[in-house]
Amino acid sequence: MPVSRYNIWSLIGQALRGHGGWTPAWRDPEPANHYDVIIVGGGGHGLATAFYLAKNHNVGRIAVLEKGYLGSGNIGRNTTIVRSNYMLPGNSRMYEKSLQLWHQLSQELNFNVMFSARGVINLAHSDAQVDAYVRRGNSMRLEGIDAEWLTRADLAKELPYINLDPNMRFPVYGGLVQRRGGNARHDAVAWGFARGADMMGVDLIQNCEVTGFRRTGGRVTHVETTRGLIGCGKLGLAVAGNTSVLGEKLGLRLPIESHVLQAFISESVKPMIDHVVTYGAGHFYISQTNKGGLILGGDIDMYNSYAQRGNLPTVDHVLTAGLAMVPQLSRLRMLRSWGGIMDMTMDGSPIIDKAPLDNVYLNAGWCYGGFKATPGSGWCFAHTIAEDAPHAFNAELSLSRFETGHLLDEGGKGPTPNLH
Amino acid sequence: MITLNCPYCGPRSHDEFRYVGDATKIAPPLDAGAEAHFDYVYLRDNPRGQHVEYWQHIHGCRAFVKVLRDTVSHAVLATGLPADTLSAAEEGR
Ligand SMILES: Cc1cc2nc3c(=O)[nH]c(=O)nc-3n(C[C@H](O)[C@H](O)[C@H](O)COP(=O)(O)OP(=O)(O)OC[C@H]3O[C@@H](n4cnc5c(N)ncnc54)[C@H](O)[C@@H]3O)c2cc1C
Ligand SMILES: [Zn+2]
Repeated sequence: MPVSRYNIWSLIGQALRGHGGWTPAWRDPEPANHYDVIIVGGGGHGLATAFYLAKNHNVGRIAVLEKGYLGSGNIGRNTTIVRSNYMLPGNSRMYEKSLQLWHQLSQELNFNVMFSARGVINLAHSDAQVDAYVRRGNSMRLEGIDAEWLTRADLAKELPYINLDPNMRFPVYGGLVQRRGGNARHDAVAWGFARGADMMGVDLIQNCEVTGFRRTGGRVTHVETTRGLIGCGKLGLAVAGNTSVLGEKLGLRLPIESHVLQAFISESVKPMIDHVVTYGAGHFYISQTNKGGLILGGDIDMYNSYAQRGNLPTVDHVLTAGLAMVPQLSRLRMLRSWGGIMDMTMDGSPIIDKAPLDNVYLNAGWCYGGFKATPGSGWCFAHTIAEDAPHAFNAELSLSRFETGHLLDEGGKGPTPNLH
Repeated sequence: MITLNCPYCGPRSHDEFRYVGDATKIAPPLDAGAEAHFDYVYLRDNPRGQHVEYWQHIHGCRAFVKVLRDTVSHAVLATGLPADTLSAAEEGR
């Protein structure tokens, strides 16, 4: 059943027929006995990896195994901020590749991911923070990435709703903006990559939990799943917060802790917040969805967790920071909150690398920030799997860096995963 | 909310505490070699299930409290002092 491309004619045709004729956007195949490449995890990264493997490389048959339904993990739970404003080239090269892919992703996937380059503004609240942000902006510009400094007067014009009272506890000194950043529709990203991969013949197998591995020496020959034993040529893990659980079954000990991050959505209001804005004296970020709700978040709950739900002290903490920045939030009701499991690394940066086994590859450690990486991570991971070596964009995102001391610690926070 | 039973102050809400982290990691002797230090600083078992961890009662007595907690249900199975060996059997003590 070939899935048809979407275009204006298919839309008009369906409109005339009462939209009764749309076919499912991807197949629901039975697992085959063997695949040349198996990707575990049908989140954004697993699906993007399968898409770019099929599109850019010649690796044979590919399957994505997902324990729940596609997009049931963090890809469907995040606050959708997309940016590449990192200071260290080891990070910014991959994230900038990703941002470039975002800017043409809807065309590439033939699926509207609603990417909106509305600009990401990080507010600074002290002289030291201004220096740090300007330094980051300069590092970005040296890598050819856009960054601009906004003074308080600029901010008063662009963000009329934020509290600029110079006598507040943490007054706003200015802000760093990346105008090419913004946000996108999270579910559409998962669906777009899923449909694109399926159209090129990738088998997307849902309700298929990987429970173990069969090995011959350093080679994984089979994956044990709730839908039977499946043979594999190469194996890629993209299971975000569950990386340690599967890693343990492969004998890998990893520099990762799992933590729960919450997000919140308010009732819908008229257009109010045009950018993505972050508060720098605490941890808080906000933007407005296309439906009008304000989507916001802050810190993780801080303790190890595999529960996709958080606790009240963090709700209080996040909204306190939010009120300091946008006082009129106090008049809004929050509609829903939820949580997702973050794979927090010891230096706050991700890992896209070959694992220390013959045919296993690792995509993990996304901390708070893997949504923005989705296309770039998939692109780099596909290259790493197909070529059996990392691309220059992800060369520094190695697993061995923790042992060799080549850490990518943007915040200089040390080996404290919950603080990154 | 998670209620932690501080050995000095009794049951308290977890927002009186700072989360410190995995309590199974013990600093190796200085001359133990790079591999042992790498393991101590960077590697974590990160179990899905029972986890032994330290919390510090920073808004109370400031003691370090050892906690055995389930990372899926968030249920606290046992609490004690850093030198204690905790087991889930102590639950409901
Ligand atoms: C509340 C919240 C807000 C966030 N905000 C942002 C943001 O604003 N910007 C940003 O860039 N990032 C953000 N993130 C981070 C981002 O969502 C994640 O880093 C990213 O989605 C992780 O990659 P993924 O999409 O592949 O993960 P997931 O969608 O979690 O995919 C992993 C998949 O693996 C599956 N899986 C696990 N174990 C198995 C198994 N044994 N067998 C088979 N399948 C398995 C899971 O079911 C899951 O579907 C946020 C995350 C959360 C939770
Ligand atoms: Zn106490």
